[in-house]
Amino acid sequence: MNAELNTDSRLEKILKSGQFAVTAECGPPRGADANVIREKCKLLKGNADAFNITDNQTSVVRMSSIASAVVMMQEGMEPIMQMVCRDRNRIAIQSDILGGAALGIKNMLCLSGDHQKFGDHPQAKNVFDIDSIQLISTVRRMRDEGKFLGGEEIKGVPKLFVGAAANPFADPFEIRVPRLAKKVKAGVEFIQTQCIFNLKKFGEWMKQVVDRGLHEKVYILGGVTPFKSFGMARYMAKNVPGMDVPDDLLQRMKDTPKEKQAEEGIKIAVETIQQLREMAGIAGVHIMAIEWEEKVHEIASNAGLLPRPQV
Amino acid sequence: MVIGERKPFDEITGMVEGNKKILVLGCGGCVTVCLTGGHDEVRVLSSQLRMARDKDGNPIEIIEKTVERQCDPEYVEQISDIVPDVDGVLSMACGAGVQYVAERYPTVPVYPALNTSFVGGSTKEGYYVEKCQTCGSCKLYFTGGICPIARCSKSLLNGPCGGSTKGKCEIDPEVDCAWQLILDRLKALNRMDLYDEVMPINDWRPNRDGGPRKMVREDFQR
Repeated sequence: MNAELNTDSRLEKILKSGQFAVTAECGPPRGADANVIREKCKLLKGNADAFNITDNQTSVVRMSSIASAVVMMQEGMEPIMQMVCRDRNRIAIQSDILGGAALGIKNMLCLSGDHQKFGDHPQAKNVFDIDSIQLISTVRRMRDEGKFLGGEEIKGVPKLFVGAAANPFADPFEIRVPRLAKKVKAGVEFIQTQCIFNLKKFGEWMKQVVDRGLHEKVYILGGVTPFKSFGMARYMAKNVPGMDVPDDLLQRMKDTPKEKQAEEGIKIAVETIQQLREMAGIAGVHIMAIEWEEKVHEIASNAGLLPRPQV
Repeated sequence: MVIGERKPFDEITGMVEGNKKILVLGCGGCVTVCLTGGHDEVRVLSSQLRMARDKDGNPIEIIEKTVERQCDPEYVEQISDIVPDVDGVLSMACGAGVQYVAERYPTVPVYPALNTSFVGGSTKEGYYVEKCQTCGSCKLYFTGGICPIARCSKSLLNGPCGGSTKGKCEIDPEVDCAWQLILDRLKALNRMDLYDEVMPINDWRPNRDGGPRKMVREDFQR
């Protein structure tokens, strides 16, 4: 992999220095109160190298990813601005990329976006002018060639470290590595995977990734989500598309007394991280503690990921 | 063909509320084939309207007629002797047909009795599915003859997204994942290499995004 730095991103520095990276997720509030983010930042600070700010995840309206990222930077942390193709055409996308970079954002995650059917505005018209793979090539072209999609020159290029997601558990399984290869071809620099519960299946996917040499072209961060309860585990297993929760894990949560389930969920997350660290081709982990940011420290600490390196 | 569905009855009665005499105009094209706006449906809707208005003590006089096609000035001309005598025309054509009637008879209100749903075909009698979104730039050669723009919920050109589960789309377990179908077909054609190509960003100008479209046969313009 090219060791030269393309941006001022701290995440890029850590990954390119060969250190095991940690990212975590921070969901913006459903309101205009910046203090909600500041409170979450206090819980998260120092526990990861960079923090994803979700972009209206599950199609529920929240404070914008760019604005929330700016609040996070004021707290001295490095955000990863998520951007979905659902809500913007290529004009708005490029405009937001310039705006985000101008405000100091250094990382971006390119996503298609959940369908609006799942959100609080199912009546909305979706956009999908471009898709996530095309979004990757868009931002790379803007950064590296200094050109808009329309071909005009950009004065002051956006220096963003470019990431995307990968879901090894969605169907058809055999297309999942080829799809990652397409993202690599489009220019993605780091990948955060869907929540990993089925380590066996993830291992199969990862083996194909390594066999194709893709781990040498892109940094792969394994996604980890702690269960808060058996109810949440069951919900994720049954109701979230593209999620793979094996029966033995469900049983383990079910067999745990209610008051101990949160603790058990964290234990599972820590074990998952430890196993991911042993896996060839894994460059880091991405901790998604959904509306449970206060537990990120415990997970990172118990998994031996702290303190985070200074770069 | 163009698939249309009849609007809810209350919406239709609301549209013609102030009218004493109307023409219910069927179309012999697509909406006859999909059983929503042809001769038979004109009869059914007209009698429903008469009964409802009689019940309200506010009877309505209805002339029933079905023309070959409403999306053609020649056929729309055939009602020129009827239109001056009615308060409004309730068209059972698709949105195109309704507009041809409106354009030809500028002083008479025209009401749509159908919602124009999509371009598609039948799977079995009375069961219709969307197949084409008339994007104006056909990519079916690239995707094994299955359209991702019309049939993927996110119109993804490099799909499938992370929500594809057991061949079904994340939005509804009844909906096929278009990309699963595409990949199955590419496999059967031994053309999985087509999936490895990154499909470039689409030019949407041939779609509605370029403004109202037209298709002109120059050799017929003399």
